Amino acid sequence: MMPASSPTPQATKPENPDFKNELLSLVPFLRAFARSLTGNPEAADDLAQETLVKAWQSRSSFIPGTNLKAWLFTILRNQFYSDRRRAWRQAPWDQEAAERIPGGADDQVYSAELSDTVRALGRLSDEQREALILVGAGGFSYEDAAAICKCAVGTVKSRVARARKTLIDILDGDDRLDDAARPAEGDAAREIMAQLDKLSPGEPSKKR
Amino acid sequence: MTQQWEATVDEERPNEKARAIRARQRAIGRELRRMYDDVAQEPVPDEFMDLLTRIDQAAEGKKS
Repeated sequence: MMPASSPTPQATKPENPDFKNELLSLVPFLRAFARSLTGNPEAADDLAQETLVKAWQSRSSFIPGTNLKAWLFTILRNQFYSDRRRAWRQAPWDQEAAERIPGGADDQVYSAELSDTVRALGRLSDEQREALILVGAGGFSYEDAAAICKCAVGTVKSRVARARKTLIDILDGDDRLDDAARPAEGDAAREIMAQLDKLSPGEPSKKR
Repeated sequence: MTQQWEATVDEERPNEKARAIRARQRAIGRELRRMYDDVAQEPVPDEFMDLLTRIDQAAEGKKS
């Protein structure tokens, strides 16, 4: 890593291997963030690869000495929403793929252990999910998360707080989620509502 | 499992309830980190290294 005290444009020149090596060292985190945004291992790796290409193309705009990880996460997030706009009819979170067993004994154990929390994560709004992942799992400060999500620090704080509360409500089988957590109407939303009905058989859903 | 804590929390004692909520939030935080770390600890698929090698070569090619 280039020391912060001596920024030099060398770091962004294609023949300098440092930038490439740093990109490579951050790939595991790009994959983890992508997985948590898409809920789909294949789509996540596609997204992480697109991010690498974009990062390489824009490498001259990276300021050496600043947070490369946050810069890459910003690109990944932009790419995620831009892909999503293009494929608007696609379900926002692929629950089936999130639970699919890609193969191998380790994967099977992982799939069997896929926790209620991870399942519930798929029912958060994109905004709440990304804020919670960045701060709660990715270890970003509220300030860095705000920069990545292009919003105010206070907004990130309230999204994280609401995400935590919504997750607890979901895990408790409480279907009275606040409106911000409801996905847009559509097939995915109908399916989720049907699942909610199944979770609370004694109490008819008030929304329908 | 999720219903247990509700049954044990005494509504008359707000401190206990707040503690129970904090404990659950910590548990949720652990789950999220586990999910994230599980992926981050996977070996990086070869495609990523191949991709960087290819774009590097493409950049070199463009210059000459």
